Amino acid sequence: MNYRSNLEQVLSENRFAVTAEIGPPKGSDSNKIREKGEMLRRCADAFNVTDNQTAVVRMSSMAGCCILLNMNLEPVMQVACRDRNRIALQSDVLGAAAIGVKNILCITGDHQSFGNHPDSKGVYDVDSVQLIQIIKNMRDEGIFQSGDEILSGRPDVVIGAAANPFTDSYEISLDRLEKKIRAGVDFIQTQTVFNIDKFNRWMDEVRSQGLDEKVHVLAGVTPLKSLKMTERMKYHVPGVDLPDEIFERMKKSTDPKKEGYNISLDIINEIKKIKGVHGVHITALFWEDIIPTLVKESNLLPRL
Amino acid sequence: MIITKQKEFDDLLSHIGEGPVFIVGCSECATLCHTGGEEEILAMKDTLRKKNINVTGYVILEPACNLQNDKRLLRKHEKEIGNAKKILVLACGNGVQTVSEILDGFEVIPGTDTLFLGEIKHANEFEKRCSLCGECIQDIFGGICPISRCPKNMLNGPCGGLKDGKCEINSDMDCAWDLIYKRLKKSGQLHLIKYIIKPKDWSKSNEMKSRI
Repeated sequence: MNYRSNLEQVLSENRFAVTAEIGPPKGSDSNKIREKGEMLRRCADAFNVTDNQTAVVRMSSMAGCCILLNMNLEPVMQVACRDRNRIALQSDVLGAAAIGVKNILCITGDHQSFGNHPDSKGVYDVDSVQLIQIIKNMRDEGIFQSGDEILSGRPDVVIGAAANPFTDSYEISLDRLEKKIRAGVDFIQTQTVFNIDKFNRWMDEVRSQGLDEKVHVLAGVTPLKSLKMTERMKYHVPGVDLPDEIFERMKKSTDPKKEGYNISLDIINEIKKIKGVHGVHITALFWEDIIPTLVKESNLLPRL
Repeated sequence: MIITKQKEFDDLLSHIGEGPVFIVGCSECATLCHTGGEEEILAMKDTLRKKNINVTGYVILEPACNLQNDKRLLRKHEKEIGNAKKILVLACGNGVQTVSEILDGFEVIPGTDTLFLGEIKHANEFEKRCSLCGECIQDIFGGICPISRCPKNMLNGPCGGLKDGKCEINSDMDCAWDLIYKRLKKSGQLHLIKYIIKPKDWSKSNEMKSRI
């Protein structure tokens, strides 16, 4: 069978997938991407390159993907709806496919008020559900959003999206996941899991609706590097649910870095037990060098 | 209603300079917003006089966005306007332009910032309700407009930032999608949530149409 990407193959063959995030630098130094790429080689099946995450200007996601492709690493290009209208989004999808990007992750994007240009105008011409559908139609039907025909080369990409199991109600979260599946998403990376009980209950719902049969779910994991970061995650990052128990563990620890790492190990081990979860997506904010040890000690090696 | 907010007085002063000033208010929205009614005009007049800036007169247009009526009302103040160097308009952005269209050759200063089309919740408390998008689609959202009330304009919301019914960008603000859910549940229309709403047709919007 021909797979569009390495990630698609791992997921389709029902092997537990690992993706890792590579945040582009706040500058044009391509070595920053190369260094992270080299460090994480063989630690994951594909590498998410974020698109101006938290609305802070960074090197573009597509440029980051291009650098990884030149190193023979497989990127997942993240595309946020915040900064581009449907013309620019579709143009980038074509461009990404042209340079060899095989996975695209659609997100609506963190609001610009959180970033380093809070005075900017958000675009939000389409939302993530609509972007999924647009890319699916470009790929499978050969048409743009307007209905106009693609003339030379459909973008043959695997489509990803995010999901938040920790939103106010499972009903809202599941409705949205179901919508993304109908729109044509192939895989989901969830919001970082700290509250494993809540995540477990969310997965119960996912399975009871049979959604795990229709989409590959990768659970988000973020190692906590310090107490300061834990506080930030708990109180200031939208959509994150960091339970008091984990907060206390970090607070009481004499070595918070070690404790944060141990918590991640525990969480990955719990996630691996959950039926219907097809992998983990590791986002180690400013701590990418922990990923090789983390995947090794979680028995997630070797990768393809 | 068009919601306006009076500009900071010091900001206004830097534009007004030495005057003299003729003040224009509006009988409708700006009066209800307490930004350009008689009370605010008289207060402005007082404050300017304390700064030794002469106010030659004032008028309250009925309302400021009505061109032909404005012409008639402004004509009655021809002399006072003639004695002024600056025209301070305490009305919405539309009012400013209608006045500048009539008073050719005068320096027109907007005295308010026009914020949104919204509802008066209580006295001096306003909330955005409409973005003038050119095609009302509130029937599928239980009469709650996500284009105007969701900061990400999401037609297939909510985003992952919903928390305790509030919006991620401001915990004082209700999440529009949380309201839509509750509302559709109450009216027995929750099935509407399942539809994937297509990208909005912005060709119908005010960006494309400036005249009808």
